[in-house]
Amino acid sequence: MSIFIQYTVNGLTAGAFYALVALGYTIIYGIIRLINFAHGDLTMVGSFIGWTVLVSMGLQRLPVFLAIALAALASMVVTSVINVGILQFAYKPLLNKSLLAILITALGMSIFLQNAALLVFGAGVQAYPHLVTSSGVFIGGVRISYAQSIFFTISLVLMAGLYSFARFTTLGTAMRALAVDHDAARLMGINVNRVIAIAFILAAILAAAAGVMIGLYYTQINFFLGFLLGLRAFTSAVLGGIGNIPGAMAGGLVIGLLESYCAGYLSGRWQDVFVFGVLITVLIIKPTGLFGERVAERM
Amino acid sequence: MALLEVDDIHVFYGNIEALRGLSIQVDGGEMVAVLGSNGAGKTTTLRTLSGLERARAGSVRFDDQDITRTAAHEIVGRGLCQVPEGRRIFTTLTVAENLALGGYLMRNRQQELRQRRDVVYETFPRLAERRGQLAGTLSGGEQQMLAIGRALMTQPRLITLDEPSLGLSPLLARAILKIVRRFADEGVAVLVVEQNARQALAVADRAYVLETGRIVLEGAASDLAADERVQKAYLGGFEQIVEEEEGREKEKEKEDPSPLGGG
Ligand SMILES: Nc1ncnc2c1ncn2[C@@H]1O[C@H](COP(=O)(O)OP(=O)(O)O)[C@@H](O)[C@H]1O
Ligand SMILES: [Mg+2]
Repeated sequence: MSIFIQYTVNGLTAGAFYALVALGYTIIYGIIRLINFAHGDLTMVGSFIGWTVLVSMGLQRLPVFLAIALAALASMVVTSVINVGILQFAYKPLLNKSLLAILITALGMSIFLQNAALLVFGAGVQAYPHLVTSSGVFIGGVRISYAQSIFFTISLVLMAGLYSFARFTTLGTAMRALAVDHDAARLMGINVNRVIAIAFILAAILAAAAGVMIGLYYTQINFFLGFLLGLRAFTSAVLGGIGNIPGAMAGGLVIGLLESYCAGYLSGRWQDVFVFGVLITVLIIKPTGLFGERVAERM
Repeated sequence: MALLEVDDIHVFYGNIEALRGLSIQVDGGEMVAVLGSNGAGKTTTLRTLSGLERARAGSVRFDDQDITRTAAHEIVGRGLCQVPEGRRIFTTLTVAENLALGGYLMRNRQQELRQRRDVVYETFPRLAERRGQLAGTLSGGEQQMLAIGRALMTQPRLITLDEPSLGLSPLLARAILKIVRRFADEGVAVLVVEQNARQALAVADRAYVLETGRIVLEGAASDLAADERVQKAYLGGFEQIVEEEEGREKEKEKEDPSPLGGG
């Protein structure tokens, strides 16, 4: 029993990271019907920016919380600028044209970000500093590390923040309205281009937070981590019903758990096959996701 | 100087010229109807006024300012708001959230927002009863009320309506047009495009007749209603009148004393 709980704890931690990245897929899909294939790679870039600040610029010598906060902040700023840049220069010209063209452009952006990271940071693995101790507490044979509890809590707070923004603010409501009808939103005086840019910034902020936490938690990053991470996050978003914000959160946690059980009870080598399996199964059997009955209430 | 002055606009979809030199005017506090059959260019006209389509030539002036090239969302801020064809409410949002988006431009002015909302709920008590309900679950008439209420939230000085009676029972259509007439009496100018000429002419001050992208006739609504050409083309023959009357009879049998809700 305690081993099961241990896998659950591990799975929830990874799942929270997937959820943060999945939210980026879901927000962007919700407002412009684009599966932003570059989003996993944006998270990877966010992770490298945090690494640059902590290691290359040496901020890891500052007090831990200050160092992490600065790294996260820098990462959020840089990923936001990159994401809005991608929106303006790559996606915007194609927005009202063919959906296929913009999907292929997103794939292109994914490859672009990977290669840019390869050029700047090299092909090797880079080590994150061990800032958050991996020691922890034992509760009935289950070890919960401080890193796990801190990162899980931060992820939940970010998710709650995004949910409240979308649900309770007028700007968030405008974002949900874009999922229904852009022209009608314009007729309400909503600057649609601005709201889309804000959505790209929100997606980038969550990706940066996930990227820095992933670096600190797994302590090793490389230019390719965005691919599998993106795949898992995208699967999470589809599982929760893409476009649906609470769905992406739940989907992320579920994928994290399934993956942890799979690695624990079967073998770590089957994880990716497993995630692909879930993705394909959902797409075939219930393309509207677990929360499919609520597609009427997307986002 | 009129509140809205549309001067000789030409609007194209690709190579198709949908508006071929259209000119209309609306004064403050006036209710103007634009009549025209399917494909005449009514929707294109309103979309151009709202900045959703661009005129290739000609100009649109609102409140003495050129808005021919102004962005759609900015035009709303100037006081021109549209109730689009087919209502296009935000079906996945609640009634209250739809209205909140109507108040998007005044979203940081809580008191003003509350006042506007109260006015809308007074005008359409049915919306107040349904405020927490998803807009997509409303009936056709209620959706039209929401579309109009949402536009009222923007505090317009000119409200344009694209076939508000489409798909509504004759009773509800009349009620909606009467409410709209009341806006004009209260000082908000109204430009309504309709295929339903009879009811529109009954409440409007003036009217234009639009045919293949051009105004072919204009005048006082009562004059146009009496005009032989209008009667022939838009008010229908004997058979259509019989049909409408039959609809009215049926309506009376299940008459709802207050179609817009409330007591
Ligand atoms: N998006 C569009 N693309 C191409 N042609 C259009 C488009 N919208 C309207 N049209 C054409 O423009 C003309 C006017 O259409 P519209 O303004 O919708 O007329 P109405 O609202 O009076 O029915 C029609 O001939 C219609 O086929
Ligand atoms: Mg039309």
